[in-house]
Formats: sequence, C-alpha cells, structure tokens
Amino acid sequence: MLVFVARRIVLAFVVIVGVIIVTFVVAHVVPGDPAATWAGPHASAAQIAAARRFLGLDRPLIAQLGSYLGGIATGNWGVSIHTHRPVLSDLLTAAPATLELVITALMIGVVVGVPTGLISARRPGRPSDHLIRAGSILGVSMPIFWMALILQLVFSQKLKWFPAAGEYSPGLLFSHPLAKLTGFPVLDSILTGNLPMLGSTLVHLILPALVVAAYPAGLIARMVRAQVLDTIGETHILNARALGFREGQIFARFAMKQAWTPVVAAIALVFGYSLVNTFLVESIFDWPGLGSYAAASIATLDTPAILGVTLFVAVAYVIANLLVDIIQAAIDPRIRLR
Amino acid sequence: MNLVLSELSVSFGSRRVVAIDSLVLGHGEILGLAGESGSGKSMTTLAVLGLAATVGATVGGSIKLDGQELTTLSAPELRAIRGRRIAAIFQSPATAFSPVYKVGTVFTRALRLHGADKPEASDLAASAMRQVLLPPDLLRRYPSQLSGGQLQRVAIALALALRAEILLADEPTSALDVTVQAEVLDLLRSLRESTGLSILFISHDLAVIAELCDRVAVMRNGLIVEQGPAGQVLSAPSDPYTIELLESVPKIGSSS
Amino acid sequence: MIESPAIAPADAALPRGSAMWRAFRANPLLTVGGGVVLLIMVVAIFAPLLAPFPGDAGNATHPFSVLHGPSAAHWFGTDQVGRDILSRVIYGTRVSPVIAVIVLAIACVIGVPLGVAAGFLGGWLDEAIMRVTDVFLAFPPLLLALALASVLPASLTSLTIAIAAVWWPWYVRLIRGQAASVAGRPYVEACRALGVSRLRIIWRHILPNSLTPLLVQVSLDVGGVILTASALSFLGLGAQDPTPDWGLMVADGQSYFTPDWWLVTFPGLAILVTAFAFNLLGDGLRDLLDPRRSFLP
Repeated sequence: MLVFVARRIVLAFVVIVGVIIVTFVVAHVVPGDPAATWAGPHASAAQIAAARRFLGLDRPLIAQLGSYLGGIATGNWGVSIHTHRPVLSDLLTAAPATLELVITALMIGVVVGVPTGLISARRPGRPSDHLIRAGSILGVSMPIFWMALILQLVFSQKLKWFPAAGEYSPGLLFSHPLAKLTGFPVLDSILTGNLPMLGSTLVHLILPALVVAAYPAGLIARMVRAQVLDTIGETHILNARALGFREGQIFARFAMKQAWTPVVAAIALVFGYSLVNTFLVESIFDWPGLGSYAAASIATLDTPAILGVTLFVAVAYVIANLLVDIIQAAIDPRIRLR
Repeated sequence: MNLVLSELSVSFGSRRVVAIDSLVLGHGEILGLAGESGSGKSMTTLAVLGLAATVGATVGGSIKLDGQELTTLSAPELRAIRGRRIAAIFQSPATAFSPVYKVGTVFTRALRLHGADKPEASDLAASAMRQVLLPPDLLRRYPSQLSGGQLQRVAIALALALRAEILLADEPTSALDVTVQAEVLDLLRSLRESTGLSILFISHDLAVIAELCDRVAVMRNGLIVEQGPAGQVLSAPSDPYTIELLESVPKIGSSS
Repeated sequence: MIESPAIAPADAALPRGSAMWRAFRANPLLTVGGGVVLLIMVVAIFAPLLAPFPGDAGNATHPFSVLHGPSAAHWFGTDQVGRDILSRVIYGTRVSPVIAVIVLAIACVIGVPLGVAAGFLGGWLDEAIMRVTDVFLAFPPLLLALALASVLPASLTSLTIAIAAVWWPWYVRLIRGQAASVAGRPYVEACRALGVSRLRIIWRHILPNSLTPLLVQVSLDVGGVILTASALSFLGLGAQDPTPDWGLMVADGQSYFTPDWWLVTFPGLAILVTAFAFNLLGDGLRDLLDPRRSFLP
C-alpha cells in the first residue's frame, strides 16, 4: 500500500510540473508583443527593446520557463493588474469561501445522488427509473449560470425564502462578530458557538450550494445506477442467490458495496468540475471566493490573475485526484494489488 | 436424497427452452447432463434452484426433492433449500465470489444465513476447506488472489460446509487447465464416496463425463434424447444426435 | 452459466433496417432526444423562415420596443435595444451547435490518429503521447479552455480554438484504448503473422471497431461542448454582440434580470433544452450500441 501511495505522489508531482509548463505556454500564446504593450503605444523601438529586457522576454524560452517555475515554487505567482496585490495571497484569501461552497455542494450531490441512483437501479425500467434517469440527465445538462439566476429570482426575489447574496448578513457582524479560526464561516460559527451567525451563513449557503450541486447529483446518480446494474448482472450475484440469500440482502451487501467505487472515482472529477463552475455562479451570489475573483479577472483581462487562478485550481484538482486514488485503493483491494 | 424432474418445462414467453419428460438423480449418484451450448442445460439448473424467474423464464412441471415438490414452495422456503440442501457451482470460478470481500467473509456469511453461529461457522469453514485439500487460511484472501482451481474448490467446500445433499455443477471445469480439472474431478469423486453427495454434472465435454459419471443424459434443444448408464450410452449410443456428438470428439490416431 | 453469445463492445454494429427501427422505438431516451435534436436542426436550417423578425438576429435596434414583456407580437419579449428575443433564440440554434460540431470534428481529426498511433504502435510513441495527454487531462475541462480563451482576442473563433485545444486529449485516450485492445486480439496477431501491412490493419480492423465508441462519445460530448461554449460566452470570452449566442444573451440580460426576467429565461432555456436533448440522444445511443458501458462518464 505504501509503495502505491509513494508512486502516486511522485506521479502527481510530475503532473503538476506539466501543468505549470502548460500554464506558462498559455501565458505566452498571447498574440501581440507584451513588451510593446508594456512600453505603451508611442514607445520607440529602443524603449520596446528596453522593456523586453526588463521583462526578461529577451532570454531564451527555457530560461523564462525556469524562472517561472522557480517563482511558482517560492510563492511568487505574479501581481494582479486589478488588485495590485500578489496573486497568490489573493487566491489564498478567496479559497476558503469557494471550498466551503464546493464541499457543501458535493455533500448535497452525494446525499441526493446515491440514494436516487440506488432506487433507480433497484427497479430498472420502471417509471421511477425513467424519471430519475431523466432528472439526472437534466442535472448534467443544466447551464449553471442560468440556474443560478433563475433560483435567485424565484427563491430570493419572488418567494423571499433565501437571501440573494453574500456569505452572511453583514449587519450581524456588529451584534455577533465572527472570529476567523479556520476561514470557513460555517465552521467558525460552530466552533465559536455563534448561533445567529451560523443560521445566517447556512441560509446564505443554500442557494449557491444547490446550484453547484446539480451536476454532481446528476452524475453520481447515473454512475451509481450503472454500477449497480452492472454488478447485479455479474456471476457472483447468481452464486449468492444460489446460496439462498434474499434479494434485499444481495442488493444491500453485494451490489451496494460496489456502488461506492464509481462514486469515489467520480468525486475528484466533480470536485474539479464544481470548482470551475463556481466561476460562473459566485459573482451572481456575491460569494467572495475564487469564482468571483476569476470572473472579475476575466472581465478586466487581468492575465496574471487569470493564470494564477487556473494554476491554483488545476493543482487543487491534481491533489484531489491523488487523494481519491489513494482512498479508492484503500477500499477496493484489486486496485492496489495490480 | 433424490431429485426427480418430471414434465419439466422452462420457457421464455412462448419459447420453450427446456422440455424434460423425466430425469432422476439418485442418492450418491453422479449424473452427467451432456449437450452443446444452448441446449438448455443451464436453464435446467436455474429451474431446479427456483431462480428461473430472475432471468425472466417461467417453469412448469414438477421438481421433487425427496418427494417434496419444489415448484410450489414459497420464496423463503426455497431460500432455505438453496445452498443448504441443493448447492450449485458454476462455470467461472473467478467470478463466483464477490471481488470486494474476502472469500471467507462470503463463506461464513452463507453459513450463518443457514443457521450456524459465528464460532461454528468458522470451524465448519475450516474443516470444509481441509476436506477439499486447501489450507483454511486461504479464506482470508480476496478472489483475485486465488487461482481458478482453488476458487472452484472453495465453492465445493462451501457446498460441503452447508451439508448440501445435491450438488449442481454447471460446467465447473470448463474454465480450468486440464491438470487442475483432473484434481477437481478427483475431489468430486472422493466426496461422493465419503459423504454420499449426489452430483448433477453438466458439461459439453463428453470425455470428462465419461470419466466421472455413473449415468448420463444427452440434451438437445431442451429435450433429453437419450439417457442411461454412462458406459452404455457413450460406447453404444442409440440416438443419432448422441452419435454425432461422439463423432465430433477428436480421437488420437484418426485422420478426420 | 447462461449460454448466450456476449457481444464485445467494440464489435456491436448498428442494427440494420427494421431491427433498427424497433430498437429505436424501444428506447425512449433515444427517441425523445433524437426527435428534439432533429427539431433543433430543422429550426437552424429554416431560421430565416421561422423567425418572425430575422433582422433582429443582427444589428437591428427598435427604440420603441425596448424591454417589452412576452406578448402576442413578441412571444419571448424584446431585449434592451428592442430586438425580438424569439428570433434571436431561433438564430442561436446556428451558433452553439455549429461550434460543437466544429470543435468535435477538430478533436476527432487530432485525437483519432494520435490515439491509433499510441494504441497500435505502442512503445515510446505511446508513452510520449500519453504523458502529454495526461497533462492536458489534469485540468478540469472548462478551466484550460477558459485560460486560453482569455488570452486570445474574444471572438467565436478563439472560443472554438480554445475548446478544441482542450477537448482532443479525451479522444486520444478513448481511441488509444480501443486501438490497444483491438491490437491485442488474436485475429490481429494472425494478420501480422500473415504479413498484412500495419496501415491495412488500421484501416480494416482498428478504425471500424473504434467507430461505434467514437460515435457514442461524440454524441455524449455535444451537450458538454454546448454548455462549455455558452459558459465562456457568458463570461464574455466568446461571442460578441450582435451574434445571437445564447450564453451572451443571458449575460447581457443579467443587469435587467429583475424585473425583465424574459431576457435571461428564454435563451437559458434554449441552452438547457439543447444540451438535454443531445445528452438524451447520447445516452440512448450508448444503451443501444454498448450495453456494457465502457465509456467515459
């Protein structure tokens, strides 16, 4: 098992280096001459050349790549053109809000997706199955930004059940200030026993989390259904029946245990997918996370910030995949024995 | 302990895949059921186990285990018989056990399903393993860590531990190497000697049937075209289909 | 075990003639999905005839009809410069699906040869191609396309290039798997032993066997590309005014969203219905052609 983990970590590291290189390449795909842009529209040739030297653009590409890699490793991810702050510190400030949102959405996705997938697989071909399948396909076909706007319109504006924006009511900060322990408002409220704040953060979290949860729920339901149906068709189920086990027992013990494998495998994928989906959702809900940061950076064409976010999310995705691989190996013995 | 099939029919809608007038498996007997793929042999097994409905087939006629009619039993009663009185092993041992559990887990769970308690179950498992000449700690492994031959023997051990009186063996050695096959056949033979286990041995391989079985029934398109003592049927067949089957077995020295 | 011939996924061929028709009817996903997709294609082709105000798909402005709600004259209402939203939504069927087709065509053109090379020829070529593919696949789908689109000048062309650049690695992996599995089969080894040229083997065995999984994957991906393209347009990275792109229309309508809900609702609904239809179609095709489900989710 240890060998497996070690190998996976090394592989992840290599992939991260590859990711950084790709980001570097993307950064240099920019058409036009960055030195000319830097020097300004009325710069002379000499000034442009000086700008080029200043920006280090006259060095060979490999050298530029080298210093880029070095910069990333030491925490220098560039400076945001928009906020004038180091990109990395911007990202770290914004990350907890997004993590809170994505993790909540994933939890909702699993809690909704797994049972519906199981129900669907228990009686395949019946109306309940068709309905659930249609629903899960709907979930993965949903334009997230549109769903966000519609939910906001219906549940915030029209029905007034939920607040429209923000992580919590700003007014509460005066009466029940929130201590920053972990950076996650919900956790911090729980840890400090700040109940009014907890209520506020949860209520603000629901709509955005539901939106982001649509895709995971749909995908997980589909995968669970597929996996269970596949398992039921396998020989060992026939053997189990021949041994006298009840259908219910067979479903619960044998089929369901294997149902978790695709869910765990899918978790990393939906984590990455959802992280990027926040780019589309957060600004609509004024959620102060990576998504809003990315959307703002795109709107202002803040290239260092855009690339910083890209790198950040990509690395998070690689790490998520790594963790999931390890967990999968722990659950399913066949994987680590290969 | 005998199994009597009379006027047994298994159908998918209007399509009949098995139509057996009479087939009897006596106490301590090894009866071979020979035939090609699609002749209905496997559906017969499912019908005896009462599992035909799981593939969408309907069963008519009578299946009697020691005089007790099985086709009219309720589901719980059938489940009590499955494994416990009639056990089955199938063609691919590699997929016989759930891949995510240790072999022993499924083993003991099956035993406890049929009434044993925890300590009893592990003892029974261990002694059954020894009976099939396997070390009991193989039970602590996952199916992917055992060979086909070993897994098939574990399946047989499970049947023994459950004290099954009848073993339905559906192509149990077809997926195994010849040498391993010989071991499994030896095992089945010795179990019959020592415990009086009755075996319905289904196979398309006439050579294996000739070696192992006392009597043989030849099946074609769901019908039994010939049955009788193995030596007689296989050396002096009366039905044209049986003759065809025998002709198709390659013989050393023949030029065809 | 039940004796029934198992059809290996790669060898499942399209059912012929009336068998195909029956299969189609037995598969509700395929029928509904296919029907709606067909409808969308008809709308796209006949857009000029179907749209009540064809000019509104472009630069027209009607200062006196600004921001009217849905009515008999304008079923979907009008936008902030008075253009008929129904017409723009109809013309939108010419935008997203076409982008999807182009993107997937590029992905296949790049992905299939690389996949065949990696899977069939193996060796260091396989290693090299797979490492590069792995790095691309290390990015969540939308992310890299987003980064690329943001450094390129905002236009539909950049959008298409960005998404295509990110989509082809999936096809390399898919085709490589198919090619590798077919290459390992006994009959291919027999062909090699008989001296059949590699090219011929690729043409006669590997490509035909990869066709079905490829077809299913493409139909499953159309919805995904449409969603990705509309998301990028929503962020301002793709279509620009006056192109009647649905994502762009939602973005534009955002500031008027309450109380003028129709600017956002109908274009977004169009995205949903289109993606949903293609996903249904893809799922239905998958059920039809490969019940063993060996594809990417």
